[in-house]
Amino acid sequence: MVTPPSALAVAATVTDPEMPMLTLVDLGVLRDVAEDGEHVTVTITPTYSGCPAMATMRDDLVHALTDAGYADVDVRISLSPAWSSDWITESGRRKLHEHGLSVPGPAPVGDGGPVPLTLAPVRRAIDCPRCGSAAVALTSEFGPTACKALYRCEDCLEPFEHVKEI
Amino acid sequence: MDSHDLDLDHDSVYDGLLGGDASQWAFGTDFEDPLAGVDTTVPAGVDPGALAAYCLMLGDDALIYAHRLSEWTSNAPDLEDDIALANISLDLLGQARLLLARAAAADPGVVPTMPEGSPVPAEDALAFFRDEAAFRNVRFVEADNGDFAVTIARLLLFATHRLALLQRLTTSVDPVLAAVAAKGVKEVTYHRDYAGRWFVTLARGTEESRRRLVAGLGTVWPMYAELSRPCEVEVAAAAQGFGVDPATLADEVDAVVEHVLATAGVDRPDVAPSGTGPLGRVGQHSEAMGPLLAVMQVVARAHPKGKW
Repeated sequence: MVTPPSALAVAATVTDPEMPMLTLVDLGVLRDVAEDGEHVTVTITPTYSGCPAMATMRDDLVHALTDAGYADVDVRISLSPAWSSDWITESGRRKLHEHGLSVPGPAPVGDGGPVPLTLAPVRRAIDCPRCGSAAVALTSEFGPTACKALYRCEDCLEPFEHVKEI
Repeated sequence: MDSHDLDLDHDSVYDGLLGGDASQWAFGTDFEDPLAGVDTTVPAGVDPGALAAYCLMLGDDALIYAHRLSEWTSNAPDLEDDIALANISLDLLGQARLLLARAAAADPGVVPTMPEGSPVPAEDALAFFRDEAAFRNVRFVEADNGDFAVTIARLLLFATHRLALLQRLTTSVDPVLAAVAAKGVKEVTYHRDYAGRWFVTLARGTEESRRRLVAGLGTVWPMYAELSRPCEVEVAAAAQGFGVDPATLADEVDAVVEHVLATAGVDRPDVAPSGTGPLGRVGQHSEAMGPLLAVMQVVARAHPKGKW
């Protein structure tokens, strides 16, 4: 008899629909996989409240685990603690960089007081993921998906996406 | 890739058309529930009806404002701002989904009755099948967008108020509301910064941009007062420890608005608030609300069983 892969091993292969170079583990949205015979409960957390990829992630987890022989798959949402870009793993960061995306710096940590307003443009110490130049300019804090900002490299002139600190 | 994989994965746009998986349809199954698996037990000492009413109110603010902001999509002054406003709208829509789902879970009595066999989930029934008088959003968020300057002035005031509110709600005695708020704080921080930067840019830009910004602030200011005017639902929510009396946020919100106004060199508008007492919070909406709902609800209302 062949030992089937563990539910965790199967769930860990499922990728993010919008950044398919990352698995859900790389992205830090896969929070828990509990296995009880043929029954699996998977817990995921949304990156942003309106993340439209959640339904696809759930679909893909159910399909992957059903394919692997698990008869009953339950996907649950966890809202607390809220996802942070700090949860993107080292392997996730490497893959983002390899695919031309700029990786997030440390997420801001609140001190319990009012969140400070930032009227000056955000300055991040980041390099162009293509040519490595530090001469980069922020184009917009909002990009093609909720989790990214838009940048332009002033040396190689290529635009690139930066995964935002949250 | 073999045909087996094609049947099961989402590489082909035709996937699922032949199968029994309903999750891709406009009205999904409970698989789409944004609170799937979340413990929605109402804490001891909290009245479920009061909690539902409060979540509905905050959810309606986010839903109606998200709809308004989405009208900028393909119409903004440039591509970056088109994308920014669409992203802000999407964040608020996500908050609205969670809050409406939380309201429905706390008190299913708030959800409109749907025809038998309708697959419409509670959050969609609340969004698309309530009439105007049942919505609890402030009038401030339903008003027409106006030009870009009006939009920026309204977004600054809304995001400043909502960020202060969500931050306080992170300590709500309702753990679901607290979790929704904690996520929202991270998102609305970006919204407020975006609006604040554009506010200063327009004020210090050309004569025309400054003229429009000052006029835009004057347009939105009279309705702004309703956000901080406590209604019965908020008073009850604060008393039970799951919500916030918005009057207690006024100083914190005002300090941020004042800072932006000072940086922009713009005076606080000298105009009286429109109306007294709660307006939208008790279902008394402005003329703008009817047409907004007509556009937002028409498709769902035409197909209450989710089939066409």
